[in-house]
Amino acid sequence: MSDVYVMGVDMIKFGRFPDRSVPNIGAEAALMALDDAGLGIQDMQALYCGNLGQANAMVGQRILQEIGQTGMPVVNVANACATGATAFREAWMSIKAGMYDVVLAVGVEQMGKGLLGGAGGGDGIPKEGLLGSGTMPCVFAEAGMEHTKEHGTTFEQFAKISVKNHHHSTMNPKAMYQIETPLNEVMNAEMISYPNTKLMCSVNVDGSAAAVLVSEKKAKELGMSRAVKVRASALASDPFTDRDLVMPDVNACTRLAAKDAYEQAGIGPEDVNLVELHDCFATAEMLHYENLGLCKDGEAGKMIDEGHVELGGKVPVNVSGGLLSKGHPLGATGIANIYEICTHLREEAGARQVEGARIGMTHVIGLGTACGIHILEKVN
Amino acid sequence: MSETKPLPVVDFLKIPDDGDPYLEGYRCKKCESTYLGERNVCSKCFARNEMEVIKLSETGVLHSYAIVFRSFPGIDVPYISAIVDLDDGGTIKGNLINIEPDPDKIEFNMPVKITYGDALGRKDKEGNSYLSYFFEPA
Ligand SMILES: [Zn+2]
Repeated sequence: MSDVYVMGVDMIKFGRFPDRSVPNIGAEAALMALDDAGLGIQDMQALYCGNLGQANAMVGQRILQEIGQTGMPVVNVANACATGATAFREAWMSIKAGMYDVVLAVGVEQMGKGLLGGAGGGDGIPKEGLLGSGTMPCVFAEAGMEHTKEHGTTFEQFAKISVKNHHHSTMNPKAMYQIETPLNEVMNAEMISYPNTKLMCSVNVDGSAAAVLVSEKKAKELGMSRAVKVRASALASDPFTDRDLVMPDVNACTRLAAKDAYEQAGIGPEDVNLVELHDCFATAEMLHYENLGLCKDGEAGKMIDEGHVELGGKVPVNVSGGLLSKGHPLGATGIANIYEICTHLREEAGARQVEGARIGMTHVIGLGTACGIHILEKVN
Repeated sequence: MSETKPLPVVDFLKIPDDGDPYLEGYRCKKCESTYLGERNVCSKCFARNEMEVIKLSETGVLHSYAIVFRSFPGIDVPYISAIVDLDDGGTIKGNLINIEPDPDKIEFNMPVKITYGDALGRKDKEGNSYLSYFFEPA
């Protein structure tokens, strides 16, 4: 099987674009990624398009209607917050399978403002606030409090994660926000679901990201100077755990995908130089330090207290600003993370550059549950 | 029409004509995994048609929680969204009541019991009342 390389990758600056259509937002990133690869839409053999909000509305084809209808096969993908990563992975698999040499993956989302989560409608009466809460800030607060129960993790430690990611985003011009948020500001912001304050919740934004993936043969033909090698692509669903029915398990699913990814790449967590992980809430990021093996179980609090996950630390996490400050356009997030890692591996990340980065990891998790992990490696 | 019986807030809350309401579980006879609501296949051990219907325990311990300060419009806050491990198997989620919504007052693993009551006055389109379950400190 051929190795797979990212030849072109880009994302638009995340923001709010209520006057644009979903395909129009996606088309912009697609063209940027094609330009980055030095290729045109006519060179693409297939398109894998990730979008959640219009999952039944042929977004991939409508993107091509804006940038070039070549008749290529299009696959539209929906997999909760792992949608973008799944589209990228489908593209990767098509090259692995020997079907194609050059394919395009696009992730795009247009979000409303406000709380995400089930309002618990359906038959009968609303269950929200009656049988607990299905809002996302609460669901991830409950997952964080499980960590507090087991390891004594504090509200302040969770809050520090948000301080870190907001700080990182000040160096990322493509992030939604570039604003420092000191610890007292994070802790005193409106409490949404304890222990997550408003500044500890990801930002709902519109956005898109895209990548051109190529086979080794094609990469050599095009020139390897800015190519990034895909060392692993893992996707897991949630294995059975006892509390599954009421508590979506982001931990078991991530651990399963991480194990697969490390095995594919033939490396361990100690070899990873930077990570973009799914900080949909500050409480979630804490869990994934351990789930991805960046530290031992019970040491996540120490990772943030001692600065190991900051830019300049042992393994910087979410130097893009993360979902907390860069923003979280659901279907685009999984490819935007890949853009961030590739940018560091290409030494093009400017002020937030992780020096000497050779291997990076992306992680997304969609409730329901889907976890996508990619490991990327510098070629030169 | 004078007294009409309330409807159950979820399918696994059972309201017998005579006797007290209770929560119903399905337990796999092969691996003892406990499910809420009817099913025929065990998602843990994959056994088919090995489910037995059980009454879930009315006591348990607080596994995890969050205190909700912002919810959807029209929902009263704050309240405690709680995850409870029942004493004889099964985990359920609901509101923890009769305790201050303050992390200093709430202890992990504290014993709780299930109580039943009207669903906070909520009625469906036909005007039916509902019976819900709640947790409170035991
Ligand atoms: Zn079983």
